[in-house]
Amino acid sequence: MIEWTGVILQGVLLGGLYALFAAGLSLIFGVMRLVNIAHGDLIILAAYLGLSTTMMFGVHPFAAALLVLPVMAGIGYVLQRGILNQTLGPDILPPLLVTFGLSVIIQNALLEGYSADPQKLSAGAIETASVSVGSLTVGLLPLLTFGVAVAVIASLQWMFYSTALGRGFRAVSDNQDIAQLMGLNKAHVFGLAMALALAVTGIAGILLGIRTSFDPSIGGGRLIFGFEAVIIGGLGNLWGTLAGGVILGVAQTIGAKIDPGWQVLAGHIAFLVVLAVRPNGLFPRVQH
Amino acid sequence: MSTPTVYRATRASRIAMIVAAFALIVLAAAPWWAGRADLRLMGEIFLYLSLACLWNLMAGYAGLVSVGQQAFVGFGGYMLFALTIFGGLHPITAILLAGLLAAVLSVPIASLIFRLKGAYFAIGTWVMAEVFRLTFAQISALGGGSGTSLPVGIVRSLASSRSGREALSYWLALGSAVLVIAAVYLFLRSRRGLALTAIRDSEVAASGLGIDIWRTKLEVYVVTSAFTAIIGGLIFLQKLRISPDAAFSVNDWTAFVIFIVVIGGIGTLEGPIIGTLLFFLLRETLADFGTIYLMVLGAVAIVVMLKAPKGVWGLIRDRYDLELFPLSYRIKLNDPKDI
Repeated sequence: MIEWTGVILQGVLLGGLYALFAAGLSLIFGVMRLVNIAHGDLIILAAYLGLSTTMMFGVHPFAAALLVLPVMAGIGYVLQRGILNQTLGPDILPPLLVTFGLSVIIQNALLEGYSADPQKLSAGAIETASVSVGSLTVGLLPLLTFGVAVAVIASLQWMFYSTALGRGFRAVSDNQDIAQLMGLNKAHVFGLAMALALAVTGIAGILLGIRTSFDPSIGGGRLIFGFEAVIIGGLGNLWGTLAGGVILGVAQTIGAKIDPGWQVLAGHIAFLVVLAVRPNGLFPRVQH
Repeated sequence: MSTPTVYRATRASRIAMIVAAFALIVLAAAPWWAGRADLRLMGEIFLYLSLACLWNLMAGYAGLVSVGQQAFVGFGGYMLFALTIFGGLHPITAILLAGLLAAVLSVPIASLIFRLKGAYFAIGTWVMAEVFRLTFAQISALGGGSGTSLPVGIVRSLASSRSGREALSYWLALGSAVLVIAAVYLFLRSRRGLALTAIRDSEVAASGLGIDIWRTKLEVYVVTSAFTAIIGGLIFLQKLRISPDAAFSVNDWTAFVIFIVVIGGIGTLEGPIIGTLLFFLLRETLADFGTIYLMVLGAVAIVVMLKAPKGVWGLIRDRYDLELFPLSYRIKLNDPKDI
């Protein structure tokens, strides 16, 4: 029994990482109805940027985040204004195919720059540190990751509903043209949304890099986990996305407990079951 | 009083058909004039052409943008291996049966992923392909994660000599490309094709005219899945070896196919043909550069999508009003002198 409690707890904490994968995806879909196929590759790009920063300056990965986050945000803003804004419109094909092309470019650029060898961010003692909760022992890093996920989602939620920037996001989300008439520059607002999404992606990339080894080819898999968390939780609901990540994480750790080969498959099956039973996700956004 | 007439075939399309018929005869004779390596390359070209036409039918006409067609390519490949090794079937029977099984399987899959809209549908198809990959990696009888080879006895059952097998595999590839193009062409010219074209142009208007959108899309999805599985079987009949990573590769069976269709011209029949030729031309000249080549391909696709969303064929068609496969209707107002 205690064994299974441990498995479920680990799944919950893993869900925090998946929620971080998903938060950026959820944010940009909410603001501009864009689904970024390159999202997973951008997570891996952030992990590699973290790797280069730690190597170049000999700093801890958490310190590297201070550089990686603004760089990712900058990439996001330039990407959105330079390319992605031109693809937005009633037709879903252009954004889909353009981000798909971006995904292939990022993946192969990383392959060219860093080779296919698996890499890892070394965070020192925190990787193996643990805390005891009753008779359970919990890794400090997964706990920290979950804490960061909750903090990120809480701040996004606050930003969305309590700041001028969030008001801008909600305005262009509701009606782009009227928002534009009210004096918002939607191209700029979209750029800011993508910058914010990629900053979150930067956090996710660094935490992923500390937790497991990574190579240029795994971006697609991370996109899928983030996407599953979004759909399980319900589109447009940030706290739902966290719940979706947790459900996915728990399904995966339970699957892995039964048979290590079943970890990822169990997560996909949980996703398909939710899709079959509750097509709009478990916590769809309440219509205001 | 003159009555306008409606027609479809143009002089260009008639000439194109005659040229195509001659080209087909020359290509069918390739085993007698082409070298072994060229034959293999041409076989691969025809299989990619078939995949591109099928993906184009789904994405360009039915609006079902899938990034998970590798699910059915891999399924067809694995069914070829399973049905010949365990079922004792002839490879060609096994490939046809694989198509049928894929059609059956695609119905419940569609009922799930059709709940996702637009781009989310795309990622949903990818999840499905991953489920396929992970499931086949669990089947130890088929080699699990490391895969398996087609036993020599089964390979020999195709033709006794090596050159005979290579010729047969080439003809199967050529035949499937011709069959797929002809099937898509005839389908698009039919009543249902008209419904599909209406959906492509406007879903709202099409549904207002009484077209059952969900059903039309389902039909396209099922037929495409079946054909894709058959092509997958042919691909792995050529390779003689299968593994989950090769069979369900998103790069090989979806990314390349998407680039072919986008560059050639999505939503046209000619586009995939032009795109396949351009793709292999690029590949044969740049393949030595490996990753750089893929980055160039990605960049070309992005530029085409942004600057010329109808692709190379779209540019040609807009410039010269050319249509090699006569799908649209043209109106001719009779010249008074003729009366």
